[in-house]
Amino acid sequence: MSLLKIDGLTQQFGGLTAVSNFKTEFQGNELMGLIGPNGAGKTTVFNIVSGFYKPTQGNILFKGKSIDGLKPHSVTGMGVARTFQNIRLWHDMTLLDNILISQHYNLGYNLFDLFLRNRRYMDNEKRMKNIAMQLLEQLDLVQFKDEKPKNLPYGIQRKIEIARALSVKPSLLLLDEPAAGLNSSDVQDLIKLISWIHKEFDIAIWMIEHQMAVVMSLCSWIQVIDFGKTIAQGTPEEIQNNPDVIKAYLGDDKI
Amino acid sequence: MKKFSIPLLLAAIAIGTVVAAHFELIDLYIQTIIMFIGVNIILSSSFNIINGYMGEFACGHAGFMAVGAYITSILNVMLFTSSKTFGDPLLSPELALWFFPVTMIIGGIAASITGLLVAIPSFKTRDDYLAIITLAANFIIVSLFINMDSLGGARGFMGMKQVVFAMEDVVFIPWMLIWTFIFTYFVVFLIRRFVASTYGKGIIAIHQDEIAAEIMSVDTNKMKLVAFMFSSGLAGVAGGLFAHILGYINPNSFNILKSTECLVMVYLGGMGSLSGSVIAAILFTLLIELLRFIIPAADTLIHLLPIVPDTFHLSQVLKWVIIPFILVILMQFRPEGIMGNRELSDFFPKLKKYYEFK
Repeated sequence: MSLLKIDGLTQQFGGLTAVSNFKTEFQGNELMGLIGPNGAGKTTVFNIVSGFYKPTQGNILFKGKSIDGLKPHSVTGMGVARTFQNIRLWHDMTLLDNILISQHYNLGYNLFDLFLRNRRYMDNEKRMKNIAMQLLEQLDLVQFKDEKPKNLPYGIQRKIEIARALSVKPSLLLLDEPAAGLNSSDVQDLIKLISWIHKEFDIAIWMIEHQMAVVMSLCSWIQVIDFGKTIAQGTPEEIQNNPDVIKAYLGDDKI
Repeated sequence: MKKFSIPLLLAAIAIGTVVAAHFELIDLYIQTIIMFIGVNIILSSSFNIINGYMGEFACGHAGFMAVGAYITSILNVMLFTSSKTFGDPLLSPELALWFFPVTMIIGGIAASITGLLVAIPSFKTRDDYLAIITLAANFIIVSLFINMDSLGGARGFMGMKQVVFAMEDVVFIPWMLIWTFIFTYFVVFLIRRFVASTYGKGIIAIHQDEIAAEIMSVDTNKMKLVAFMFSSGLAGVAGGLFAHILGYINPNSFNILKSTECLVMVYLGGMGSLSGSVIAAILFTLLIELLRFIIPAADTLIHLLPIVPDTFHLSQVLKWVIIPFILVILMQFRPEGIMGNRELSDFFPKLKKYYEFK
């Protein structure tokens, strides 16, 4: 059984076909890339997979279960975490709270336990705090645990967003342009971080990225879309030399 | 021992006030003000769940208060007193004392069910549009009670004093003061536990970024439902207390002006600060009562000047000029309110030794 199987995915917004007949499959823990020019429909694919849009056609199977039409929070609860193109942290909360709130899929207590502050509440709060602290230690963010993300540098905020996504213990991590807005030394750190996460947490990663240095050094398989259609897929070397991809990115000779 | 010092202090304040009231060391007027402070604390801190922690702009809190007030009053009058509307009491009046908290909670539950009127539209709407819906909900509820002639219609509903007398017949102590203290402490305690938990922090996440909250596994619809029902239920409790303190309710005392008072208290205290809304409720109630004396005093004062004509008088309506003006000044110079989104312990870290505020 494959981890994620998308078949015949089509999304229409009124008359505009944002994604048409999109296919992909994750066998196990691959690190795949999704690239394409601006407006190609990459983020739309991610939005459909994470549950923000209900696809017009097609089906998405995650661990053998259909997830199209589920609400985003239930999709996340099943093990699909994502980050955003523009950082979407809760900027007025401490870093620790940011990680803790992501544990909502697995609170383990209800409203009455909360009001009574019984054993179940205390144990589960402690468990969630331990998970969060352990994650922060693994990612070397412990020193910032009481800081608010808005006061931290951009590179760290990116890392926090990835940490927050990891806190739901995903089996598939969707990264939407993780390198956007980072300088070249931060990009090198990010490449190291992503490949480390891929090995350490043993999860599948699917990333959208415009910086070819990141995509080519990390991904084992790349899919290129343009105007919602898949125009090429293959290993980084194949993609680099594919005439269709070059055409989509750089244009045609003919005017 | 240190950890219990704040609860002990609060208990001492409550017992001290009740004892002083029982031996008539403080008169009924002061007692009423103390009880209204309690009601306002419940109102502002429960309204803070929506407007402060969840960051929505609701402005129909008084509507839910009305539901709680009417349901509790009807139940108590029907069960424990003989009235023209409901006839003889269904239960023995001595039981009023034991059933009072139960009817209060039933009133709260009824108010929280009415909260669905706002909670369900909030799934798809927010900001200005939700504000309009909450305003409409307030009007719907008030008009409903105005048009129920069997409950007195616009003339109002009374008989709650008999319920209080029935309680005092069992043991003669100032029961409403006691109930106000109990319910006020209880409500603040519940809200504090709610917003300190990971579960409750979900509504703060909705405030700061709803899409991020949804994607990070917070069930935003469920959280909105919980927040609106919790908040309006507590408003219902405040309404029940309000009805029994006054002994008389009138649909128009729960109109948009009352909701505005709740808004003023929340924004005065600071959005998302529990200690802020408590402080603001106390200050606001005291300010309104002080103006009751200050305005006539100022009136006599300006008449000492020969240029002021005798026919000119400062009226009590000036209260509603001064209070909004204070709000304007506050928004200009301290838009985050007295406390911002911080608690007392953030200002005075030493307090943490005595009590865990968050």
